[in-house]
Amino acid sequence: MRSILELTALELGRRIKKKEIGVEEAAKTALAQMRVLEPELNCYVTVDERMVLDQAQKVQKKIDDGELTGPLAGVPAAIKDNLCIEGLPATCSSRILENFMPSYTAEAVVRLLDGGAVILGKTNMDEFAMGSTTETSAFGATKNPWNPEHVPGGSSGGSCGAVAANECFYALGSDTGGSIRQPSSFCGVTGIKPTYGTVSRYGLIAYGSSLDQIGPVGKNVEDCTAVLELISSYDKKDSTSIARRDYDFTSALVDDVRGMRIGIPKDYLGAGLDGQVKEAILKAAGVLEKKGALVEEFDLSLTEYAIPAYYVIASAEASSNLSRFDGVKYGFRAKEYEGLHNMYKRSRSEGFGPEVKRRIMLGSFVLSSGYYDAYYLKALKTKALIKQAFDRAFKHFDVILGPTAPSTAPKLGQSLCDPLKMYLGDIYTISVNLAGLPAMSVPCGKDSQGLPIGVQLIGDCFQEKNIIRAGYAYECSRSYEQPELAVRGAERDQTMYGETGTPKGSMAMENKWTEESEGAGGMGEAAYAAAKRGAGIRITASPDGTGTGGAA
Amino acid sequence: MANAISRETIEYVGILAKLELSPEEKEAARKDMERMLDYIDKLNELDTSQAEPMSHVFPVNNVFREDVVTNGNEREKILKNAPEQKAGAFKVPKTVE
Repeated sequence: MRSILELTALELGRRIKKKEIGVEEAAKTALAQMRVLEPELNCYVTVDERMVLDQAQKVQKKIDDGELTGPLAGVPAAIKDNLCIEGLPATCSSRILENFMPSYTAEAVVRLLDGGAVILGKTNMDEFAMGSTTETSAFGATKNPWNPEHVPGGSSGGSCGAVAANECFYALGSDTGGSIRQPSSFCGVTGIKPTYGTVSRYGLIAYGSSLDQIGPVGKNVEDCTAVLELISSYDKKDSTSIARRDYDFTSALVDDVRGMRIGIPKDYLGAGLDGQVKEAILKAAGVLEKKGALVEEFDLSLTEYAIPAYYVIASAEASSNLSRFDGVKYGFRAKEYEGLHNMYKRSRSEGFGPEVKRRIMLGSFVLSSGYYDAYYLKALKTKALIKQAFDRAFKHFDVILGPTAPSTAPKLGQSLCDPLKMYLGDIYTISVNLAGLPAMSVPCGKDSQGLPIGVQLIGDCFQEKNIIRAGYAYECSRSYEQPELAVRGAERDQTMYGETGTPKGSMAMENKWTEESEGAGGMGEAAYAAAKRGAGIRITASPDGTGTGGAA
Repeated sequence: MANAISRETIEYVGILAKLELSPEEKEAARKDMERMLDYIDKLNELDTSQAEPMSHVFPVNNVFREDVVTNGNEREKILKNAPEQKAGAFKVPKTVE
């Protein structure tokens, strides 16, 4: 029999509904998987086991009472650490927010909780979502579950890694220039970036506000679509939220692409694209063609201008958004300073990492008087032209198909030394954010190193259903592949854990993880957090001081 | 076209960005920015004379609401995150002599 961990989110939801699997059992199994794999992968920055189990029990009761009937009720999920959840730190993987405890919960997460989600923890990311590898995290890099010598991609590398490693059943990420799709591609999972304005950004710590969107990461298109349907809403608390006519995304889960017009931009297949990636993408297009889609290549144009325009706009917005981190209201304050202005400067300089500082500097420059027209306005005009190019393309096509990233996951340590080169890796994802379009990455094979490749499906604004239909039809032609490591963890977990999923004996990894069950009494009444920071996992002391310290 | 960023410009941008950079960081930032701007200058190849600057992809309008308080008093919760606080307020270094 398959381990619980190998179920998709919807399969697990169905089995919870039929009372074949308990909510607590599912949560404990995921926590057990984390204990086995987290020392190697570092997908999470904060896990609070007691909170997870409390929540699991509450959700189970609501399911039993018939209050929760949704398809994802009881299914454990992971949340990227730039989304606020009351009661859990939100760090954005930055020192400057290390001790920030949000006083409210992001709308997207509220909607998940209303649907019966059990939140397992907060996932690692590039600091403030700035990066493509999850290596700019102040708390250590996340490793790719397919090969821990490689990066998981970024910035939602923790969320995508956790899904691939079966350390959760689905996750939320955020996508400003490809931060859901690219790590989904690198980790062999599915991720959707919805049309701008579809998911409320309330409670998402802003990076580039005109580009940021929250979206789901899952094992397949079906799971992602169900999650997307749950988190999408018109929200007055987000002034850019859009009231859509139709939120019924799951009705597009039909294995039928007959007559669907699919365009492959020639610009996406040219120089810079890895040969094996290209082959896999064209093969995926071939599958859809065989199923009756009309596939043709076309010239999208302007592709090479997306990255420079993006870095001007995103950096400009970041410099403005991140001005709120000043050491006054929350976050880190420098220990030594002379006067107010010096306090701001010292706190920011000590709290932000190099990539964040780089983008704040660039953003401040392009917005400064004398340069505003030449750079910022020019980039906004370029954005308008890119949008027009997509508008033209969508007169002819229902879906644009191409690679998600030019290559598979690079090795750790290879990207940060050359930021410009790292930025070029976002070439196929970035224009989608500039034009506000929905897009998803679906696994479509592996390269000779055994690393996953993702195919990107882009739709016109508000046409999520087209990419869902194409993605689902493609997915029906192949089975989900998981990394060996994810199965290994699950197997170990079955031999090491009893039927109830309760850890047998001393399972905590040398102080690195707080134990639940019998040991919990010793932790005091107040909720304790097993917050991991960097290479080790630090167990934060409970407020009454009885918490045990771990590796820092 | 190679961009040359002067040390004075980096000083000025540092003031705008409210960042205190070490001499090494300043030099690195100067080179980074020159390289990025050289790359961004690629946009100059494009004729954008007919394009309107697009800040939002959809026509968004200001969303107005009645000016009424809808959230409760969360002072305690909010102040918990303050690096320093005094008498129910955020405490900052002396700003007026």
